[in-house]
Amino acid sequence: MAQVENSMSLANPHPNDMDTIQKIAAAIGGLGLLVMLIALFGQINGNYSTWLTASLTLMTVGVCAYAWREYTNEQEGIKNNHVWHRSLTNRGLWGWVVGIVLTGFYVVLYFFPALLGLNGYSVTTKLPHNADPTQISIGVENSNGETYNTGTLALKDTIKTSNVGDVYKFNLTRLQSLNDRIFIRCKGNDTPYYVDYNAKQKTLTNLDKDACGLREIKFDANSNLIKLFDPLSVFLKKQPASQWFVYGALYTLAILIFGVKFMLKYRHNRYQQFRTLSVMFFQLGFAFLIPEILMRLNYPYNNFMNMWPLNYYFFDDWNIAAMTSSGKVGMFMLVWGLLMIVVISPVLTYFYGKRWYCSWVCGCGGLAETAGDPFRHLSDKSLKAWKIERWMIHSVLVFAIAMTVLLFFFNSETLRSWYGFAIGSIFSGVIGVGFYPIMGSRVWCRFGCPMAAILGLQQRFFSRFRITTNGGQCISCGNCSTYCEMGIDVRAYAQKGQNIVRASCVGCGICAAVCPRGVLRLENSAIDINERTNDMKVIMISEDGVRI
Amino acid sequence: MHIVIIGNGISGITAARWVRKLSNHQITVISDETDHFFSRTALMYVYMGHMRFKDTQPYEDWFWEKNRIGLLRDRVQSIDTQAKTLNMRRSADIKYDKLVLALGSEPNKFGWTGQDLDGVQGMYSAQDLEGMEIHSIGLKQAVIVGGGLIGIEMAEMFHSRHIPVTFLVRENSFWNVVLAPEESEMVNRVIKKNGIDLRLETELKEILPDENGKCRAVITNKGEEIACQFVGLTAGVHPNINFIKETKIETQRGIMVDERLETSVKDIYAVGDCAQLRNPPPGRRNIEAVWYVGRMMGETVAYNICGKSVEYQPGIWFNSAKFFDIEYQVYGTVLANPPAEHQSLYWEHADGEKSIRIVWDDMSGMVIGFQTMGIRYRDEVCRQWIRDKAHIENVLMNLGLANFDPEFYDQYEADVIAMYNQKTSGNLQLVEKRGLNSVIKFIKKQFA
Repeated sequence: MAQVENSMSLANPHPNDMDTIQKIAAAIGGLGLLVMLIALFGQINGNYSTWLTASLTLMTVGVCAYAWREYTNEQEGIKNNHVWHRSLTNRGLWGWVVGIVLTGFYVVLYFFPALLGLNGYSVTTKLPHNADPTQISIGVENSNGETYNTGTLALKDTIKTSNVGDVYKFNLTRLQSLNDRIFIRCKGNDTPYYVDYNAKQKTLTNLDKDACGLREIKFDANSNLIKLFDPLSVFLKKQPASQWFVYGALYTLAILIFGVKFMLKYRHNRYQQFRTLSVMFFQLGFAFLIPEILMRLNYPYNNFMNMWPLNYYFFDDWNIAAMTSSGKVGMFMLVWGLLMIVVISPVLTYFYGKRWYCSWVCGCGGLAETAGDPFRHLSDKSLKAWKIERWMIHSVLVFAIAMTVLLFFFNSETLRSWYGFAIGSIFSGVIGVGFYPIMGSRVWCRFGCPMAAILGLQQRFFSRFRITTNGGQCISCGNCSTYCEMGIDVRAYAQKGQNIVRASCVGCGICAAVCPRGVLRLENSAIDINERTNDMKVIMISEDGVRI
Repeated sequence: MHIVIIGNGISGITAARWVRKLSNHQITVISDETDHFFSRTALMYVYMGHMRFKDTQPYEDWFWEKNRIGLLRDRVQSIDTQAKTLNMRRSADIKYDKLVLALGSEPNKFGWTGQDLDGVQGMYSAQDLEGMEIHSIGLKQAVIVGGGLIGIEMAEMFHSRHIPVTFLVRENSFWNVVLAPEESEMVNRVIKKNGIDLRLETELKEILPDENGKCRAVITNKGEEIACQFVGLTAGVHPNINFIKETKIETQRGIMVDERLETSVKDIYAVGDCAQLRNPPPGRRNIEAVWYVGRMMGETVAYNICGKSVEYQPGIWFNSAKFFDIEYQVYGTVLANPPAEHQSLYWEHADGEKSIRIVWDDMSGMVIGFQTMGIRYRDEVCRQWIRDKAHIENVLMNLGLANFDPEFYDQYEADVIAMYNQKTSGNLQLVEKRGLNSVIKFIKKQFA
């Protein structure tokens, strides 16, 4: 009898191992990451453009090649084999390792950016103890004559006190080109003293040491990892990088390369393809490039797809001031921001549910759907988790609204910084992303995001969107609930034949994709808006007789 | 009253839930298989790593106590129908007022030599899943006997672990006792495309042991010996009623029940795989071992137990399955070997992995069945058309109403109509494309 080629696929027989090409791809990606690590430890001292390009390219090629082999040598279709067998995705060893590394990265990013090498063209000055720092201001004059005052030294900028004097440090983000100059004023409108900065030699010259009693001015550029990204930042906006730029660049890269992986995994599903292309587009264009270009043109940073209350500082006085003082473009930002809140978002949510934002546009969602895809099954589906979710997300919403209102009346730096710390940093960043491999990819979206809360309420009560269940076809297998990243127990509705309209549903469409019997469909209609979930199509017998 | 239900599958549990919804009776559900209800259909996904076993449980553990449904993990040794008592293996005797038998099925064994060897098993219960897991360690070659739904699922399970499979199928095309030729051939293709060694017209003759009492090879009816360390017996199932045969309860292949799902003994009912209807409704069979039937019978029997007489009316047949990556749906009557009166329109996509078949009565033009592969169709719309005895041309013009594929997917209904027009030299146009608004109006019988 003929010997049959038992494995027509080129994947090797041990599903937990990689084939040769995948091993090479993993090595290439690892090399790219290694360059980042080397930079992080300050061991790259030149040719930053080359190293950065190499690192980003290697990581891109590594991930894309690996994904290509993983998915294209198997039939198109749902590929969740071994999700619960592999330690990366089943809260095993590798999951915890990645979780701890990610969480650590976020903690460093938010609270210890100097570890990443942030100095950002900062100036350290030493003043004698009896000097009054509030009289001294430092600024930058660009080669085109425009000047920017960084402001007066203030006691809070003190980083060190010794018997020689107090050391102050502040960032000069306006330092753009080699021809810029730094100036110092001792008092009010005094004639400034100029200091010349030489970028290549990293020196300051022409300093009159007795100016304002200053003992010393030291200049530090970015170093380590952030320095690695300087070439890209300078290319885009003619300014050195900051930790936020590095974060934004890596975040965008992650969405793009893991977006490619996701599109390969779901290449049989056009909804997933379009949706992923959409988040990739909005992240690259609106969340990364456009704000950089705006800053290049000296406009305030603005992500046009980020709206209040997610963008919790939109109504803060400094933000309003920045927009109103930036000409027509600034006014457009303000008007657009208001339109988004009052018109665009409610209208789109009415027609399509909150999925138009949460899984097609938002950057948090974008990362969750692409880099976070391997972890979506780790969300908690229990009733208890749902109760906590409703309590928590609406509390954050109340907090966000209250804070915005209060800040109209009180200018409270404490309140602002508390919100920024607790919600902006810890919740949405550290826990939101750091905990992907432990709690799933949508912790922030589900338990914290105030915008999700508002959109969710509208979706629940005034929207055309629903996930239709296909009559009696559900076999209660549980794939839908397992793969719902928002922790919705989709099965509980499907097995009753009830349509799903949940405030937390982001419309990712994965439940419908993994259903092995075609029971679910995301769709919209206005006809039955007020009774979208009334019918339990599985129930046969009622007072009117038997529904056949 | 004490209602006791033997079996915690979809049939027994649906009965328990509905008895609780309709009454305050004491309810006890007994199972020897598991502590809690789980979805049997999901076992394959546990093996493949898509889900954990606990993810297959439709209700959280607090559900049972909250709804006062008592659960007992034990085996019923015998039933004393006179004394209305169950004799248990571990627990004390249990007295019941009404009893529901929801015993399920067991895999067929046709007396092959070696069918009880180690490494030879079906794939039905949670214990079978454990057995497959154990035998998969170091498994070099598996043989699956019987080309049906469970057999192809077992093949998919082994495929996920890249364990080579030889698939013995008695018929000359896969599952062609149910699937029409074109769909059956499509499944043949997808089986082979996944690297499975498909042997049509091949049956198991004997299983050979090694020195440890484990299987080491099979011999087929063509005289070939195939070395293997696991044999999956998936040649159908039969009702699991051995210990019932010792009682007064009337059985044939299954437990005989009337329209109210009551057995020959008063206050004893049977539902699901183990039940055999004396008078099945027209167009239905007397034993239908299918998830949906279990659910419907569970709901019906609860009403009868709680004093409201309701006939079991399953309505129009429907079923679904998945053959590797190809989803299958059927509504109504689509026979593998249809009589002359059944006209059939079969459209297949050029990629050979999607198809739509519509069956209608030749004389009247009434649509009687839909069958799709790789394309999702709406249950409510298809069965409503059949119920309404809609004319084939009316159905075709509105065929878009039935499409349930996700947004942005291609729609093929125009191609189906084009094919019909070609056959009949007709000129039908597609009036309704896919869309929920029209579907809601259709189902609510509101026409704009």
